[in-house]
Amino acid sequence: MIHAIAILLAMQLVGEGLARLTGLGIPGPVIGLVLLAVLAALSPKLRKLVEPVATTLLGHLSLLFVPAAVGLIQHLDVFASDFWPLIAALTVSTLLTLIVTALVFIGVERVLPPADPSRKETS
Amino acid sequence: MDSFDVAEFLELWVFLEATPLLWLTVTIVAYAIGDSLSKAVKRHPLANPVILAAGVVAIVLVATSTSYTTYFSGAQFVHFMLGPATVSLAIPLVTNWPEVRRHALAIILALFAGAATAISSVYVMAVLFGLDSTLIWSLVPKSVTTPIAMGISVEFGGIASLTAVFVIATGILGAVMVTPLMNAMRIKEPAARGFAVGIAAHGIGTARAFQVNPVAGLFAGIAMALNGLVTALLVPIIAGLV
Repeated sequence: MIHAIAILLAMQLVGEGLARLTGLGIPGPVIGLVLLAVLAALSPKLRKLVEPVATTLLGHLSLLFVPAAVGLIQHLDVFASDFWPLIAALTVSTLLTLIVTALVFIGVERVLPPADPSRKETS
Repeated sequence: MDSFDVAEFLELWVFLEATPLLWLTVTIVAYAIGDSLSKAVKRHPLANPVILAAGVVAIVLVATSTSYTTYFSGAQFVHFMLGPATVSLAIPLVTNWPEVRRHALAIILALFAGAATAISSVYVMAVLFGLDSTLIWSLVPKSVTTPIAMGISVEFGGIASLTAVFVIATGILGAVMVTPLMNAMRIKEPAARGFAVGIAAHGIGTARAFQVNPVAGLFAGIAMALNGLVTALLVPIIAGLV
């Protein structure tokens, strides 16, 4: 486990360093993600080593957003001035984004079905 | 046994309150409660563990008149793990790479369609409601992960802290809406459901997706990472048009 944590932190650290050096505005952890993906694709041993910790972290991703969500509750006064317009704008926009994204995703695959015989439909 | 000594208790409280341990513990215990409640109602979308846990913590903070700054001194250790968790997405990405490649075209087209919808729809709504330009630009990047959203917002005259609040609110809205909406639309494919919530509701949507289905979680994670980049690219273009 300690090796897996060391690898995840090291990838993030290198990612943060590259983010600073390149100044592209890509967050360090996303660069770390790409680096780890390349390494894990090259070495199945590395992938197996990191997998248990990665799965645990991703399974409890909700926990990691709790501090930020507490911040939201503490700053609800932000909404006070224009409560309904803000809530309506956020709700409608989120709804439309979900609908458009899902329809385009499904639509593309209806028109051009992905060519793979081992196609798994809904599980 | 001595009688209860208020002064002694206060002294203990002052000590505990100043250590990160107390608020770290409160955060994790609140999440354990929220997660159990969510499981007990079979992951009903309204019983979102993030909302439940944040609600429990908020009650404790109000009851003890604790500031957010004090709370965050302990909670920052949990918050910090968002970085390693993002890096962790590499593992399901590599494991499911054939599945991801198979959906490559849908991923690219849905990414641009979704990102453009997220930006333009909130912009149009905010303008129609007559919100001032600071609020408008604080709202525009609301569908992407907080650090990227704050960067975009500030560049166009928004306020970073307002954007942070709108980003979290959007994440919670998307995480709550996705399951009933996709059911109503009869979209069953985990890849499409996950990808949609990752575009609309970044990490909080991704957290929801991982709870429902690992493939949905992976596609949400991919969508979240790509949308951060594409939104940073599209906002300047859309801003040039208006």
